[in-house]
Amino acid sequence: MASERLSRRSFLIRGGAVGGAVLLGGCDQLSQSPDFRDVLYKAEGATERVQRLVLSQRSLAREYTEADLSKHFKANGSTRVADPLYRQALLGGFTDWRLKIDGLVERPTALSLAELRTLPARTQITRHDCVEGWSAIGKWTGAQLGPLLQSVGLKPEARYLVFHCADKLGRTGNYYESIDLIDAFHPQTILAYDMNGAALTEPHGAPIRLRVERQLGYKHAKYVERIEAVSNFAMIRGGRGGFWEDLGYEWYAGI
Amino acid sequence: MVSSAIVPQPEIVYRHSVMVRITHWVNAFCLLVLLVSGLQIFNAHPTLYFGEKSEPDRAVLSMRAVEQPDGSYRGITTIGSAQFDTTGVLGLSRDASGEYEDRGFPSWITLPSYRDLATGRRWHFFFAWLFVLNGLAYLIYAAWSGHVRRDLAPTRSQLRHIGQSIWEHVRFHFPKGEEAKSYNVLQKLAYLAVIFGLLPLVVLTGLTMSPAMNAAFPFMLDVFGGRQSARTIHFLCATGITLFVVVHLVMVVATGTWNNIRSMITGRYVIETEEATHGK
Repeated sequence: MASERLSRRSFLIRGGAVGGAVLLGGCDQLSQSPDFRDVLYKAEGATERVQRLVLSQRSLAREYTEADLSKHFKANGSTRVADPLYRQALLGGFTDWRLKIDGLVERPTALSLAELRTLPARTQITRHDCVEGWSAIGKWTGAQLGPLLQSVGLKPEARYLVFHCADKLGRTGNYYESIDLIDAFHPQTILAYDMNGAALTEPHGAPIRLRVERQLGYKHAKYVERIEAVSNFAMIRGGRGGFWEDLGYEWYAGI
Repeated sequence: MVSSAIVPQPEIVYRHSVMVRITHWVNAFCLLVLLVSGLQIFNAHPTLYFGEKSEPDRAVLSMRAVEQPDGSYRGITTIGSAQFDTTGVLGLSRDASGEYEDRGFPSWITLPSYRDLATGRRWHFFFAWLFVLNGLAYLIYAAWSGHVRRDLAPTRSQLRHIGQSIWEHVRFHFPKGEEAKSYNVLQKLAYLAVIFGLLPLVVLTGLTMSPAMNAAFPFMLDVFGGRQSARTIHFLCATGITLFVVVHLVMVVATGTWNNIRSMITGRYVIETEEATHGK
């Protein structure tokens, strides 16, 4: 055996077969290596910078017509909220429910659903693109976030908004999401309370959900109960700015 | 026995420039990662549609695990109205621990092998960037160096004799000598179709799946017939590229594996001269 010399050809062929077998396992290990993941994460920064460059801050997501509405709009992620306070509020028609806005704002506030409904609103028929790959078209009505933020006054150091939600996915803490001020002040960014002409149902995020139309579905937080203005989210939960982000999804999910 | 004195030495030509060789291998690696990570992403919703939205009753392709009357599951792939039992491969296959799992493509062809959409996306978008930058570097070089005009554009004479070329390929008779110094007409057309057709199309349909890009360039939704159509065309492009690579590899083997691979690594390609062929 020691004297048997592998020809270059058979060496390469054997190498190829072994390589193929270890490739899968190797890639799985690479996928889980924190250092390698940090390399892969570089792509997100490139995507964000380039998209922010080509995307005017005001360019709108396409709006559709009533005829385009999905027959069935899939409710994904949480579809029922276990929290007893939430269940009580749901039973009471959210009359005593309040949306808290705090953090780096000049005038922390708590709005009732009735007050929210009197604010400058927008109705839009838009396409919801789930990160899984499906799309559905729905009609959303809600308070525009931009004017609301102007009325509470953001402090100069505020850079992001964190949306704290009532639901839990799995056994981990409450759902949360965050967006930057470019998306927050976009005219189509609304706190939606109506869907397809009726009050939001529980599976779709009652009483309000965020619509941030130039982003994928998981950024559109449901069951929002508190909006916190922050300068960064390093100290919040997993530090990546959202429930799915802490599990490895992109914070800037432009694609 | 033929004396070596009268057998001409094979002619060695310098076939591929260093830029073509580097971009070729980077491209090959990117396409492999993009395919397997793309299948991981596809598995998150292994159903395709045309149009803007996904109506379950209007799927053009789906891979599902369907419960049978006896309580067992079968992997069912549906294309249009045709149904196929693809248990073990599509719709239902064994995961790494040997358990049957409801998944579109099997674990041995997805990256990572286990179900993890987030990580599949990370791989896909990192290598998408590398693929695009590498492709741009190639295109700039190809235009600047005359590579497209010199090596890829078919000549009039080649186009006139395309029928003959197809016939020779069908019989696995490949050009030798002087003719083998340049790509044949089928090679040229295939490379042009992939470089200027399939590869740009796969990038553009990929970008059309981005809600942000839709807002920046809404006409792309119209060009591809909607977001879900773009997703379906992206999948078809990936299928087309995979078929091209398979045929490409078959041709590599059929026309001299080591000569081809060496020329793609070192640039040097051995031309079997007519005389040398006759001398054997």
